[in-house]
Amino acid sequence: MNYTAVWAIYSSEMVRFFRTIAQSFISPVISTSLYFVVFGAAIGSRIDQVEGVSYGAFIVPGLIMLSVMTQALSNASFGIYFPKFIGTVYELLSAPISFFEIVLGFVGAAATKALFIGVVILVTASLFVDVPVTHPWAMVLFLVLTCVSFSLFGFIIGVWAGNFEQLQLIPLLVVTPLVFLGGSFYSISMLPPIWQKITLFNPVVYLISGFRWSFFGTADVPVGLSLLAIFGFTSLCMVIIWWIFKTGWRIRA
Amino acid sequence: MIVDIKDLRKTYKGGFDALKGVTLGIKEGEILALLGPNGAGKTTLISTICGITNPSSGSVTVGGHDVVKDYRAARSMIGLVPQEINLEPFNKVIDVVTYSRGLFGKKANPAKIEEILKQLSLWDKKDARVMMLSGGMKRRVLIAKALSHEPRVLFLDEPTAGVDVELRKDMWDIVAKLKEQGVTIILTTHYIEEAEAIADRVGVINGGELLLVEEKAALMQRLGQKTLQVDLQAPVDAVPESLTSYDLELAEDGHALRYHYDTTGESTGITRLLGDISAAGLQLKDLQTDQSSLEDIFVGLVKEDAA
Repeated sequence: MNYTAVWAIYSSEMVRFFRTIAQSFISPVISTSLYFVVFGAAIGSRIDQVEGVSYGAFIVPGLIMLSVMTQALSNASFGIYFPKFIGTVYELLSAPISFFEIVLGFVGAAATKALFIGVVILVTASLFVDVPVTHPWAMVLFLVLTCVSFSLFGFIIGVWAGNFEQLQLIPLLVVTPLVFLGGSFYSISMLPPIWQKITLFNPVVYLISGFRWSFFGTADVPVGLSLLAIFGFTSLCMVIIWWIFKTGWRIRA
Repeated sequence: MIVDIKDLRKTYKGGFDALKGVTLGIKEGEILALLGPNGAGKTTLISTICGITNPSSGSVTVGGHDVVKDYRAARSMIGLVPQEINLEPFNKVIDVVTYSRGLFGKKANPAKIEEILKQLSLWDKKDARVMMLSGGMKRRVLIAKALSHEPRVLFLDEPTAGVDVELRKDMWDIVAKLKEQGVTIILTTHYIEEAEAIADRVGVINGGELLLVEEKAALMQRLGQKTLQVDLQAPVDAVPESLTSYDLELAEDGHALRYHYDTTGESTGITRLLGDISAAGLQLKDLQTDQSSLEDIFVGLVKEDAA
């Protein structure tokens, strides 16, 4: 294991993050505050409670998930796409490092950034509303696994993407709708019956439901299923990355 | 042999054969220039040795380590300076160079990085962002990155393509200094004068095949051949009797005579020849000499190969 190389990749990725720390910090704070003004104060004041929780608090887990997923995706996909785009990928390929070490460096950094932003949002939210955390360890587990799995997914997108449009395509066209329709801002029991069935095909439902359970102890789907879903998704991404590594797909001709 | 290439073949997905069985041994401490036109397979050869592309068949060892099976040991010994200026634009020079050292698993050594940057006249630019540098400076940064992990074999892919004359001379000095330090250097170029100026051996590659590898001195000997063309006022049908001993060639429909001679020989025989030509009653119109250059040999080889 070439730990020096993993550290070199990880720290240089983090340097980029810290260089723009103001943006990295301020934008989630502002967007979270905006969500609270709109959903919490304006709309939320007309909604009493959702499953025994005040609406303002109810949206916090979904809000965190929304940001963590999009941040993990965009950071990881950009992290590996950028060297491909500017050509510095030659150095990664000619260095005495394994593909696993490359993934560890990039995905580790992207997951760290996403985790940081998740924590920032949680702290910001707790300034507006009282957010109880019933199962703190489960909360951390769901948060970390979501950061890691979506960073792995982002890495795959970054390897696959041939241009900047493709880099944006999956996050915009697939992930954002799935997250919005995944119960970030509502409980699926609020949907018409037919949509309650359809929405179960949305994998993000399981992640948000499990994460919300760790806060309030109530869930749309059983927590076991949520855990299975997140482990399943993580494993799937790992298998795809292993395959990329085996075949050199879009990386090594 | 520090680099040993055996029957290396590379066929790209589309079916293009970029390397058709290259066998080449590179001696420790030498400078080998690989000459070839664009698309000859130079970059593919380097990429395959360095791990950027996978070989289709054949083998390469560096310092005895197979570049595929034992890639960590092999790649640790190799520094690569790519043809394109591929650099992270927003980072500082010193960070970019330090990063490379880390990527190759070497412990941080600021003194070594300082030494390399000073050697390449980059030390006063160490805190500048890469995008602020001129093209020539960026190329130096690429070299600094490749040297940051103290490689024993350095690949320079077209190091002076699109570089001005002064910088090219600088680059040659840098290469000469590295050779003194015992680094084995393989450079690709399509500038023949570059190969002439710095290489110990010259290899000619075209169409994915290595056509020739020869000591530069031996190649230069072939360069000693010159041709003198004597243009005549009036054409002749045949070489006059009195001049047959010169092995002359009739050219331009009898309007000229050609004489081949060796500049490295003790006497070229030109003075005597010219005397004998006028003694034979021929009127001279003009004289021209032509030296076969490495370029002629090269072009000849490449044309022969295409035919």
